[in-house]
Amino acid sequence: MTTTTAARADVCAVAVAEAFRGDGEILANPIGTIPMVGGRLARATFEPDLQMTDGEAALIANDEAFEWPGGKVVELWNPYRSMFDIVWGGKRHVMMGATQVDQYGNQNIAAIGEYAKPKTQLLGYRGAPGNTVNNTTSYWVPSHSPQVLCAKVDTVTGVGYDRAAQLKGRTAEFHEIRRVITNLAVLDFETPDHRMRIRSVHPGVTTAEVQEATGFELVIPADVPTSRLPDDEELRLLYEVIDPKGLRLKEVPEA
Amino acid sequence: MADKRMTPQEVVGRLESGMTIGIGGWGSRRKPMALVKAIVQSDLRDLTVVTFGGPDLGILCTAGKVKRAVYAFVAPDVAGATNKNSPVLEGHFRKARQSGAIEDEPYDEGMVLLGLQAAAWRVPFLPTRVGLGSDLLRDNPRLKTVTSPFDDGEELIAMPALELDAALVHMNRADERGNAVYLGPDPYFDDLMLAAAKVGFVSTERIVDTAELLKEAPPQALRINRAFVTGVVETPGGAAPTSCEPDYERDEDLHAKYMAAAKSDEAWDEFLAAWEAK
Repeated sequence: MTTTTAARADVCAVAVAEAFRGDGEILANPIGTIPMVGGRLARATFEPDLQMTDGEAALIANDEAFEWPGGKVVELWNPYRSMFDIVWGGKRHVMMGATQVDQYGNQNIAAIGEYAKPKTQLLGYRGAPGNTVNNTTSYWVPSHSPQVLCAKVDTVTGVGYDRAAQLKGRTAEFHEIRRVITNLAVLDFETPDHRMRIRSVHPGVTTAEVQEATGFELVIPADVPTSRLPDDEELRLLYEVIDPKGLRLKEVPEA
Repeated sequence: MADKRMTPQEVVGRLESGMTIGIGGWGSRRKPMALVKAIVQSDLRDLTVVTFGGPDLGILCTAGKVKRAVYAFVAPDVAGATNKNSPVLEGHFRKARQSGAIEDEPYDEGMVLLGLQAAAWRVPFLPTRVGLGSDLLRDNPRLKTVTSPFDDGEELIAMPALELDAALVHMNRADERGNAVYLGPDPYFDDLMLAAAKVGFVSTERIVDTAELLKEAPPQALRINRAFVTGVVETPGGAAPTSCEPDYERDEDLHAKYMAAAKSDEAWDEFLAAWEAK
């Protein structure tokens, strides 16, 4: 397996794994194919204490991300009702999707256009308001575009830094938008005013291309590193254990 | 001893137009669809529907039964990221929202839990951090803020009690008195829906003797309290097209027809015919 070269999807999975670095013994709750693969990768390597779901009512110990052909190794019964104990207690880092996300990390998954009579009704507020003011949140954007990374979201479902700064009491303390990971780059909010910046670009992508695909002005440091490649052990885990059918490669095709 | 067995039509006979009705299950899972079907076939209208939404709300919207949707999401949810047959968006609800046919009362999904709990406990609201900073306060005028009376003085959101006129849930097994057990992975919020309602109706795959309720499940799965149940309806396959694990998975064929039915009147009629034949 050491001859395998990393696909773009593998780089994304590693970037997801890196988002969970340092999280320790909490629920890593990545939603989406590559997030589920990347979360497993973090647990199988440098964050062994993470907990992960089966997408339903159990936390399972399996390294495989999907299907669990050998059966699930259940370590906790976690029906939806118990999930709120975890979320509202802060013992979770969720990675959600976003139909729109702006420069301060405000997210929209509810509706496009005017909310009262939307052009396109989406999912609804779902769990985004509660997630973002209670536990760490990151976003996964499989197709980076100015429509998704846009200047202003139509409805704020997930709370960004500009709005969190207005909140009183402990709510602002519990708020953290850690990363936005896309098919082009890794972005974060580690700037004085929490505006989104490029943390790294995936191999073969330039910062100009990332800016071009973004609907607002990104903070671009003088020296932007390239996103980390998987090492040999990570590649082995990705191709042989976590996602042997390569579902992640369909979510983010080669550029 | 009360025998609460009734038909879906008798359940509908206890409901009235304009009522607020809670529907159990979650997304595409364990929805009381036989009871929803009976509503579709009735004269009921102007319903306020409280739900963790799936085909229940979608179908009732297209059938013209819904005045107001109280929800956090409407989605044909299934487990895992690998199911390619699971589009994230729900065409029927979408159409109703985009045409302005229904009133909209959005929440975060945990707020729905709190609202049902408040109603069940007969308090006007429960405080939560959830919603602060988001546009929920813009989009849902029922939400207010409340200040903690203690030294911290924190500003929180008051989630209003979601009082239900009636609740409809589907369980794997029930006895004729209304005790009921789920055999799948999650109770969802069905017991809370019943506790938050003036009257509750349980449809079930099979009515069994009380002594048999725990034949297939541990005691903690015996979650439905007959004191909250007015009627029990035996409806084998009554959750279809949604899943009712472990009795059956989602009916993908019927579900696909349902998803397609948002596109045209012909497709809607085709779905209704296939659903009624079940």
